[in-house]
Amino acid sequence: MSAPSSGGASRDGYGNGLLRLASDPRVVVLEADLGKSTKSCHFRSKYPSRTFSMGIAEQNMMLVAAGMASSGKIPFASTFAIFTERAFEQVRNGIARPELTVHICGSHGGIHTGTDGSSAQSIEDLAIYRTIPGMTVIHPSDDLSAEELTVQLLDYSGPSYMRTARNKTPRIYNNNSVTGLTIGKGSLIMEGSDVCIIACGVMVNEAISAAKTLSSEGISASVVDMHTLKPLDTELIDACINNCGCLVTAEDHSVIAGLGGAVAEYLSTTASAPLEMVGVADKFGQSGSSSELMQAMGLTSNDIVAAAHRSISRK
Amino acid sequence: MRTGGMGLDDQALKDMARRCRVNIVKMTHAANSGHPGGSLSSIDLLCGLYGTQMRVDPDNPDWPDRDRFIMSKGHASPAVYSILHEIGYISEEDMMSFREFGSVCQGHVDMKWTDGVDFSAGSLGMGLSFGLGCALAARMDGSSRNVWVMLGDGEIQEGEVWEAFMAADFHSIGNLKVIVDRNRIQNDDFVHLQMEVGDVSAKLASFGWTVKEIDGHSMNELTDALKWASSHNSGPAAIVANTVKGKGVSFMEDNPSFHGKAPDDDELKQALEELS
Repeated sequence: MSAPSSGGASRDGYGNGLLRLASDPRVVVLEADLGKSTKSCHFRSKYPSRTFSMGIAEQNMMLVAAGMASSGKIPFASTFAIFTERAFEQVRNGIARPELTVHICGSHGGIHTGTDGSSAQSIEDLAIYRTIPGMTVIHPSDDLSAEELTVQLLDYSGPSYMRTARNKTPRIYNNNSVTGLTIGKGSLIMEGSDVCIIACGVMVNEAISAAKTLSSEGISASVVDMHTLKPLDTELIDACINNCGCLVTAEDHSVIAGLGGAVAEYLSTTASAPLEMVGVADKFGQSGSSSELMQAMGLTSNDIVAAAHRSISRK
Repeated sequence: MRTGGMGLDDQALKDMARRCRVNIVKMTHAANSGHPGGSLSSIDLLCGLYGTQMRVDPDNPDWPDRDRFIMSKGHASPAVYSILHEIGYISEEDMMSFREFGSVCQGHVDMKWTDGVDFSAGSLGMGLSFGLGCALAARMDGSSRNVWVMLGDGEIQEGEVWEAFMAADFHSIGNLKVIVDRNRIQNDDFVHLQMEVGDVSAKLASFGWTVKEIDGHSMNELTDALKWASSHNSGPAAIVANTVKGKGVSFMEDNPSFHGKAPDDDELKQALEELS
């Protein structure tokens, strides 16, 4: 693993990924007045005839995408993560139920979004989309992985939801390592033997920092980028339990039914292992910088270190 | 001029509608559930549509260039199934298994379950948006296929419908055609008592649609309107069809209690006598 370089936000990766998909004429892009934010604007500027402005009307956008999918197109529909939630039932009944391949991207997910405040900070999107039958749920950790996973969606059948983040975080991957990613397969970033930190999104970077701190304490930690929450890579979780014996999950999302919830669901019906969850407790955020909010909500590498200690002590 | 439908004249369409009405009451009776009222109000329009306009091929249900029909008021599924039976998509046995476990005739029309169904309905307010997506895709493909969407008048209380009306005009879509089944009754009661939708034609016109208002039970009027809408390609076209809920069965007509209630044994007998 090469050292992380300064990178882009995962939303930039989505925008770049769409450009790489443009050579397939079936690909169409739908926007709800937030193309400049989700980064679908790059596709619009090059391929205006395949970019559809749906206005500030997310419910309609989801079903227009469904109709296009039923007619042979491959629609990518994006807005803020929080505003996709307005159209939750449209996604459930209009896209997923008839098994239509529509790719939804919700940008600005999590409290990391920052100063816009709690109305824009979706902390429940991953949870709600996980509950929809047949829905793939993806949350990349940096711009390069977001781009790679967006490109892979072209050959992915069925509905998907990808959450991207607004703000830049250090790159986890480089142009070579990112090609090893596969939707539905977690990515082992660091291999250790005492505790495994399973993270997603912007928390992967925090998990790597935490692993370094733990290493200085003589604790060997694995770090997994679980960029796909559903289907969950349970084989990798099994391997982590075998190697480390205890787990920590880390996500910029409610601790209810997100990544931590998904891992807990799996553990509770299979091999038992201590699990500590780092995530947003059952509360809303507020305005502030990403780092202020991460601190206030308990989403820093130090919080992961503390959780690792708790998890190890429960072995 | 496009050619479509089955080339049926008014009398043949009336005969077809009568057979469909019989099947609608039989289906809902057999299922002891379902929605006869809104099926009976819409069936003349559907016979006109499939009998004179729709380009479909029951032997090739996935034909990409077929016209699409989106039954957005998906609870009127018995009307759709009776039509699909008429034109050869589904058997009598299929039709009469309506709402049974494993039946191709699900409670609300569902494209995943039934050949000839282009949309998975059941939750109101979504079909026009879906139809707009189909119409935009057709335009991208350079196809002449038309997309027809039927909405209920109660259904247009849903906000998404107006998002879609606005979007259709904005995208200047000429291959999208709406039929509003203005039967004036919704689930709980009359539309004017639940949330009056008012002058639907004027509202659609103000959203940039070209509108014709007709008697939705006059075969002559409705086939003319369908022909007009089919060839109106300069922008979205709507037919606001004034209809009678439960049309054709005296005790169901204009009766809110038969929105979502099946006829019992005696009621079936009377209905079939009236439709004979």
